[in-house]
Amino acid sequence: MALPLPKAGTRAALPVAILLLLGFIAPLAAIIAYSFATPRSFDVFSSFTLENYAGLFDPGNTVWLSFLWSGFFAVATVVLLAIIAYPIAYGMNRLFGRWSSLVSILFVFPLFVSENVRLYGWVLFFIKNGVLDGSLKAAGLEGGPDLLFTPPMILAGMVYTYLPFMLFPMTLGLAMVPRDLVDAARDLGAGRLQTWREVELPLAMPGILIGMLLTFVLGIGAVAEAKVLGGQSVIVIAHDIEIAFTYSQNWPLGSALAVILTLFIGALTLAVFGKLDLDRLLGRR
Amino acid sequence: MEQAAKRTRAFIALWTTLVLVVIYLPIACGALASLSKGRYFGFPIKQFSGEWWEKTASSIEIGMLTRTSFAVALTVTVLSVAIAFFGALAFARYDWKGRRLFQKLILLPIFFPQPVLGLALLLWFSALGIQTSWLTAVFAHLVWIVPVVTLVISIQVYGFDPTLEEAAFDLGCSRWQVFREVTLPLLWPGVWSGMLFAFLLSWGNFPLSLYTAGADSTIPKWLYAKMVAGYTPMVPALGTMSTLGAALALGLGGAILYLYRRRQMR
Repeated sequence: MALPLPKAGTRAALPVAILLLLGFIAPLAAIIAYSFATPRSFDVFSSFTLENYAGLFDPGNTVWLSFLWSGFFAVATVVLLAIIAYPIAYGMNRLFGRWSSLVSILFVFPLFVSENVRLYGWVLFFIKNGVLDGSLKAAGLEGGPDLLFTPPMILAGMVYTYLPFMLFPMTLGLAMVPRDLVDAARDLGAGRLQTWREVELPLAMPGILIGMLLTFVLGIGAVAEAKVLGGQSVIVIAHDIEIAFTYSQNWPLGSALAVILTLFIGALTLAVFGKLDLDRLLGRR
Repeated sequence: MEQAAKRTRAFIALWTTLVLVVIYLPIACGALASLSKGRYFGFPIKQFSGEWWEKTASSIEIGMLTRTSFAVALTVTVLSVAIAFFGALAFARYDWKGRRLFQKLILLPIFFPQPVLGLALLLWFSALGIQTSWLTAVFAHLVWIVPVVTLVISIQVYGFDPTLEEAAFDLGCSRWQVFREVTLPLLWPGVWSGMLFAFLLSWGNFPLSLYTAGADSTIPKWLYAKMVAGYTPMVPALGTMSTLGAALALGLGGAILYLYRRRQMR
């Protein structure tokens, strides 16, 4: 399909490449440079020390707890979202017909509302004398449960915020399953579960994988949910990074944390991307 | 068999509706809070009033925030579509040596936690000695939004037949004529969707603006500052207004796209 125009392709890629070089690669390089600077200083490039990293791996440091929480929240978000989004993605491909564009718009729209506003809506819903508590009391009941500012609430907030990032790649993935193949499997005597496991799931896997990767990565770097819905009950890793950069003014320490997080995300992303053919995933429409 | 298929269908329709209700519930809660009278929110609402909407609309501070948010979103829209248009051609149209690598590299900023990206940019700006303002926020938004818009336009580019361009060249059109008369009109729906995405994502963005806008404040940044310290019912009022603005932009943009597609069909 594509024409052999190597020069035009390189030229077209140039503006994006320059932007990402100046706005993505260079800041990451700056963070790496800062992570080797003297702790609590701004002497980047003029000092070299491993103290920041050594401090992080010191058994007395509790920062590993933040990593653990973030990892736990991210994994739980991925699992819950895979279960929640699958029936909807299936419906978008097979059942909704001409309604499916309306349904997609309804799912896309919240992405354009700042996550603060949406998460704050949940605070208004769950707070004492809020929508839930007030309604239950008005109905003569006990009042709402005390969920706000607890870890399960943070998880719920993350599942809520990142739903579209699982749903849309999954929908693209399921669109890659040819219907005749499913029908053929059924005609040859495969049961519903067998068809799903051996035909539908493997063919839809690239999309599902992207959705899982995207939600995992967003989940491990999430901070708004823990701050707005979690109060101070849990400190996630991105919050630790923020604290190092703002309150404690320890940029080298924050940089070291950010480097570790980036390495983890980068390795995971590149490993998954190695298995994907993006032309096939996006081109089929 | 037939029975089972029907049950599945009913379950999926019900599930989708339920999830949608949950998604819009907090937005509705914000709207309710903004319409209740008095300084503190309590439910059921004793008395409705538009006073907080009025106060929000007439506040000079909020007028300034809105103008900054607009300036950022409009600048981001124009720049990101210009850059991403060519990015999408490189992504989906041309066959060139670095394409596979380019396709994957361009996704990395999307897969990167935004608060950390914002802090990295802040550090980079300070290393360069650049004072942060709404202009640096525009740059930060671009790093994240250009890849998204590139993907959106790419989907349109995949459905584009390059032989049409060749035919125009063979008929004696200049490079600029081909671009204006063939390439751009065919890719227009993708470009328009890309513009909508760029504007709306920039309008609602918080984590990047927080660290890179310096002393300038955008709507999401102001809302967060007030949520953490000093709640007033102006918070849900401005949040709801901003949401309605985004819905209006999406509705208008979508309607124009729909009409354009219909005219093309005829």
